[in-house]
Amino acid sequence: MITATHSPDEHIAALRPKLVAFARLQLRDNAAAEDTVQDTLITALEKHDTFGGRSAFETWVFGILKNKILERLRQQGRFVAWQSDEQSDDDALENLFQDNGRWQATKRPVPWGDPDQVLENTAFWKVLDACLVALPENTARVFTMRELMELSTPEICNVLDISESNCWVILHRARLKLRDCIEKGWLT
Amino acid sequence: MLMCREATRLMSLKQDRVLTLREKTALRFHLSMCGACRACARQFDLLHAIGEHHPAALKPSSTQDD
Repeated sequence: MITATHSPDEHIAALRPKLVAFARLQLRDNAAAEDTVQDTLITALEKHDTFGGRSAFETWVFGILKNKILERLRQQGRFVAWQSDEQSDDDALENLFQDNGRWQATKRPVPWGDPDQVLENTAFWKVLDACLVALPENTARVFTMRELMELSTPEICNVLDISESNCWVILHRARLKLRDCIEKGWLT
Repeated sequence: MLMCREATRLMSLKQDRVLTLREKTALRFHLSMCGACRACARQFDLLHAIGEHHPAALKPSSTQDD
């Protein structure tokens, strides 16, 4: 528990691992994640005094981090090697459904139980992280922008310079692959 | 008629924009008949909730101090 007697440095040091984990998921590059967090912490330290409550401070630091990540994604711009990583992805999706549009017998989703319990289960988060890493890069990027950074699809389109319908297609694919991967990795 | 593949497209779309009345009706009808798709729909809802619950994202919860 962090109290008011801790210095801003300690306060921020405690937050750092969480920030790095978050940035790494989004940027998929350790060095870039460390850089971005470093940058975020400098900004946070400069303005630390304006924050009294701990949770307000943390939320605010995450806000800074999200902006820095976005800035970096903008600079990286466009999708890299979109074609190659999309092709194998499409093939994998075909395996989920039969030609008539029904689920393949072995791919039919099964219930995961109470959502609140799932979200509190550390095993679930581990599998989710592994499954995110296993996604093709562009697919994972759009998904994490949408569901972890909580950007709207118009915002994502703007940053990545893709159409909104393209964005929806990618998200559909990401969700199908993730749920399949999670079910395999977690319940079996 | 709406099949599972297309139903999952609508379930996904529902996380990102408001469905049209026609889309909603078609999806609801399919879900009423398909247990696998009902499970899938709940899983998409869960995946949509991870931003609020990710251990790294630490949205303030019960320990809110403001």
